[in-house]
Formats: sequence, structure tokens, C-alpha cells
Amino acid sequence: MMRQTLALVVAAVTAALSSASTARDLTIVSWGGAYQDAQRQVYFQPFTQATGVRIVEDSWDGGIGVLRTRAQAGNQTWDLVQVESEELLLGCDEGLFEKIDWARVGGKDHYIPEAVHECGVGAILYNVVLAWDRTRLQATPTWADFFDVQRFPGKRGLRRGVKLTLEIALLADGVPRDQVYALLRTETGVERAFRKLDTIKPHIVWWQAGAQPPQMLGAGEVTMTTAYNGRITNANRAEGRNFGIQWRDSLFTIDSWVIMRGSPNRDAAYRFLDFAKDPRRQASLLPLIPYGGTARGANEGLGADLLAVSPSNPDNLNVSLMIDDAFWMDHLDRLSQRFNAWLAR
Amino acid sequence: MIGRGRVKLEAALLLAPLLLYIATGFVAPIAAMLWRGVSDTEVPRAFPRTLAALADWDGRNPPGDEVFAALADELVAARAAGTLNAAAGRLNSDTPGLRTVVFATARRLARHVEGSPRAAILAADPAWGEVETWGALRRAGATPTDTHLLAALDLRRSADGTITAVPEEQRLFRAVALRTVWIGYLVTLLCLVLGYPLAAALVFVPRRLFGLLMFAVLLPFWTSLIVRTAAWMVLLAREGIINQAFLTLGLVVEPVQMLFTRTAVLVAMVHILLPFMVLPLYAVMRQIPRAQLRAAASLGAGPVAQLVRVWLPQTLPGVGAGALMVFIQAIGFYVTPALIGGGADQLLPFFIGFYATQTVNWGLAAALSILLLVGTLLILALFGRFLGLAQLRAA
Repeated sequence: MMRQTLALVVAAVTAALSSASTARDLTIVSWGGAYQDAQRQVYFQPFTQATGVRIVEDSWDGGIGVLRTRAQAGNQTWDLVQVESEELLLGCDEGLFEKIDWARVGGKDHYIPEAVHECGVGAILYNVVLAWDRTRLQATPTWADFFDVQRFPGKRGLRRGVKLTLEIALLADGVPRDQVYALLRTETGVERAFRKLDTIKPHIVWWQAGAQPPQMLGAGEVTMTTAYNGRITNANRAEGRNFGIQWRDSLFTIDSWVIMRGSPNRDAAYRFLDFAKDPRRQASLLPLIPYGGTARGANEGLGADLLAVSPSNPDNLNVSLMIDDAFWMDHLDRLSQRFNAWLAR
Repeated sequence: MIGRGRVKLEAALLLAPLLLYIATGFVAPIAAMLWRGVSDTEVPRAFPRTLAALADWDGRNPPGDEVFAALADELVAARAAGTLNAAAGRLNSDTPGLRTVVFATARRLARHVEGSPRAAILAADPAWGEVETWGALRRAGATPTDTHLLAALDLRRSADGTITAVPEEQRLFRAVALRTVWIGYLVTLLCLVLGYPLAAALVFVPRRLFGLLMFAVLLPFWTSLIVRTAAWMVLLAREGIINQAFLTLGLVVEPVQMLFTRTAVLVAMVHILLPFMVLPLYAVMRQIPRAQLRAAASLGAGPVAQLVRVWLPQTLPGVGAGALMVFIQAIGFYVTPALIGGGADQLLPFFIGFYATQTVNWGLAAALSILLLVGTLLILALFGRFLGLAQLRAA
């Protein structure tokens, strides 16, 4: 047994060394877990079958520091990485990623405009939505109702933190989506958001982990809560819940594929991106995990049940607001301090 | 003499691994972290010449051409060298928006410079025409610096060097420090009220009962802090055991909100810290000769006089030691308030964690740590001054 194990280790090391010295396989890095399982089924395995290009998978938990270290290390072992929008902005500023040659991935017009960035190709779209338990609340609440504890008594769940909390407060106060960030850049706007939050402060339950909102809804701890759309749909699918999602005035963000600067597999990476751009293929992710595709037409021909949970369904997308990461990069420090001071009063 | 020297050497050698471990695993990292509270490295690394040129700037008008020239060079160089991000982040935590200003300017300059560096920089971003931008640069460029320590006290230094309070809505840390001390005080008081009779009971109960009581006191000691906190979450939740019991008994009509309240924090902290009060009290009480109480009784002292004049004074060292241990631990509590407290129940350590991990403002996190450490040392010093640290040993 021992000898066998040893032989295996030796073989593995030899294989690793030899493949490192020659050209290594295309290395794709994503978020792991159920999401990466779905990606493997929809993208990775079909890509290898169709092209013969082998893929090595890795996963990570995010954080620009990791990308920075890898970019500086010289010997780049990651090729294609799925990043959040903030990492996309930071890494692009710092020159960690290759600039995207859009002609090689179908052109900019192939995608919805929000998915197009100098350094990244949008991969999935997902939202922070207002969610509620239909078995306990028969209405279809809006953010205005979220802030109306007279009409809808009960606790409200919000993520502990200033990001999105201020946007939601302004949306509830009747500010149109396209004016939210312009207003938040002014002192008046920030003040208005905090005044609005004052009105429900004693009724707020602050959550921290994405798994909490469906639990709190299910346990009746809160009447309404903010939540990631994926968590809500998963609870409905896997646990037989009947949670509602309000897409109007929800907030969305996009995770993107980036090619690490200095990647020796740039051509293979572009081949993968070109393969992944197919709207039908993107749509086939939805039954597995409810994240929206970024290609135009990724929602065409879908059934009503899938359209209802797809963040990039135009009916849902057109009433959502894209989270402005550039705004938060500039203002997170100061507004966090103000939020903490507000919370402490 | 030689023999004694050798003994000392042997003792030192035996202790060496431990001392080395403490020095490298404890003293050095803590010192390095605290040093960040009074130093700034990110901006000096990216802009050494700009800062040197800025040294004799008056702080009232935009600086001279040589400063702009140095900045123009160093912005481009720092972006290429990968040091610009840390510097921009540091400036942004001082003045929101500077991160974007710095990167946008660096990008523009890397592409082309037209005319003088001053004109090019001002064209890239007009923020460089404001004195407060340069004030931020200078504030972030000094070592040693008082910037973070001032921020930890809700103060800041403006471009011309005067110290002012931060705007009302940004003030946070003084209130947090007061709250930390207040919760520490309440927990200590509650532990004393609950722990004192318990410790006395340990001394006076029969032997068989003693074993059971002592086991009950020590049991929480053997369970991890997080497990005990999680247990309180289960007990106090809206559909938790206590609410279920209340509802079944008809004491309440609808579940009471207990989780995420100040009361929940106090209950859990008292539960966790109680042994630290009981054990020193018990150690001191056990040493009081019972004969003294009998002697007092034979001299005519009633139960109250026995308690107040003979028993109580002799237990004071235990009270002091227990209170000190509970209070110092209470003001350093992190996990329990974070998990079962609401927004207004977070103590200083929560904010140290927040700035260290959430906004990656290590300078401020270190300054807050210094605040906590100095506060703790101050309490120790007061204790030593009035009661004597030897009392701790007695307990």
C-alpha cells in the first residue's frame, strides 16, 4: 500500500514537472462549489470535447491581492480567471490583465453593453433582490413597502454594511434608478439615504453571510429581506420554499472572465471565450444555477419558469440597477465609517 | 561562583526556546502591527521625491513646480512598479475619491505629457489644484505620524497642521470606547453579583455538593468560546428554545426579540466570564480561617457584623483580582458581540477587525489596537497603584 502510494506520488510529481517544462494546459479559475460544477457541465467538458484543448481547473475565493502576487511572480500559472467587478476594475487599472481583443470573441455587439469591459468579458449576471415568503405575505412588495412597517409589520433583513444599503434607501424614497449614484455623490443624497434608513432602523435585522436570508425568511425572523437571487431560487428549487423575488429596482453585478497578463495560453483562452459566448449554451446554465448569461439572446426561447428566475431576462434586467463599483471604490471607506457611526447611535 | 554561573546559564538555555517563541511569535508581530499605527509606508514608497519636495510647503497655496515635476515622474514610475495601488488606497482612506484621481492622473501621464508637468497634472485632474489633496499626500507621508492615532480619537489634521474634530456624522470611536468600557463595567458587576455568593457557597457547602458545584463552574471552561456563543444563539433565537418555552407556557403571545440585543450580549458574556470571577474569589475565601468567624460570634458579633467586618474585608483582594480579570477580558471581546449583538453593541475589537479585514486600513486598525492596549495597561497600573499587583498572586 505504502509503496503504491509512493509510486503514485512519484508519477504525479514527474508528470507535473514534465508538463510544467513543456506547454501547460489551459488553466481556468472560478469560484468552486456548485457553480463550478455547473460550469464544468455546461462549458469546460463540452469545450474539451469540441476542440481537444484540455482544461486544468482551479478555484479561488477572490481578492485582488492573489492576482497581484501572481502577476508579479512572473511564472504565470493561471490563464483565465473569473473575477468580480471590483477586481476587474482594480486589476485593469494596475495592468494585471490582458486587454480584450473583442474581434476574437464575437465583437462587442454580441453581448449586452454592461458585460463589455476593456479587460474582461462578462460571464454571469446576478442580483441582490427583495425577497419574501409567499406563504406568509401574499403581496408583491417593493422597496417602498420594505420601508413601510405600518402596512407590512415585521422585521427587515439587510446586509450589514453600507454598500447597497444606501442605494436601496434612495430607491425606496422614490429616486429613479438612473439618478441614485449621482445623488449619492452629493452630501444631500447621502443624508437623505440615512434619514430614510432612520425610519426602519429598529426593525432591521442585519445579515452577514449569503446563506442567512433564506434561513431568516424560512424561520419567519423577517418579513422581507435583501438576498442574492441565486440563494432564493435555490431555496425554492431544493427546499420546496415559495419565496418571491422582486426584480424591480433590484441591484445587479457581473462577474467577468479575464486573461491574466503574460499568460502563455492566450490563444486557447480566446478559443474558450469564443466557445462560451454561445447564447444557447449560456442559457443551459440556468436550470442548474440561476445566473444570467451575458450574450444577447441568451434568454430567447426559454420557458416561463426559467425566464422568471433569470437575471438577464430583459424584463428583469431593464428594471434593475447596475452596482457602481467605481463609486464604491472611492467612497467605501468614508461611508463605512459614517454607517458604523449611524449604526452605533 | 563558577557553579552558580553555570546554573544560571543552564536555566537560561532551558528557557531559551520559550523566550525565542515568545519573541518571534508574540512580541515581534504585535510590535510590528502596532508600529503601523504610528507609521506610513505606502505613500513614501511610491512618492519619495514628491514628499521631499513637499517638506517646506506652506499648506495654504498649491505647491511649486518642482513638486508637480516630481509627482509626474513618480506617478508613472509607481504605476509601472506596482506600488501605486497601495499608495492610492492609503490616500483614498484619507480623502474619498483620491484613488480614482491618482490612477486617472497616472494613466493620462503614462500616455503623453503636454506642456509643463503642472499643466499636465492639472489637466488630468483638477483635484491637484486643491490644497487639501496635497495636505492628504503630506499627512500620509510622514513616519512617525499621528494621523491614525488622531483618527482613532475622531480627530484629524488639516492641510495647515491644525487639529480639528471630524464632522459630527463621522464621529465613531470615542462613543465606541465609552461603550466598550461601559459594557465591560456591566459585565464585571454582574459577574461579581452572581459570582460572590457562588464562591462563598463553594467554601461552605459539604464536600459532595462542592464537587458538583465546582464541576458546574468549570464546565464552561472546557468548551470553546464560539461553541458557547453559538449555543446562546440557539437558545435566544426568535424560534429558539427560550421563546418556545415562553410561548408554550403562555407567558408571551408572540416571540420576544432576544437575539441581536444588548441584553443577549451581556447574558452571554457573563456566562463566559463568570469562572474568572469565581475562581479567584474562591481561592481567597478558602484561606480565611473559619475560626475567625466563630471568634467574632463569641465576642458578640451578629451574622451581619461577622459578614461586614470580618468576612468582607478579607475577600477584597479576590474581588479586585476577579474584577480585573473579567473587565480586561470583557473589553477585548470580539466574537460574542459580533455574533449575538446588534449594530450598537459592537466593542472596540470589532472595529479593529473591521478596519483590518474589510477596508484594509491597517494604520487605523493598529491605532485602535494601541488605544485598547494603552487602556488595558492604564487599568492594570491603577489596580497596581491602589491594590498592589501582589494581590493577583494571592488570588
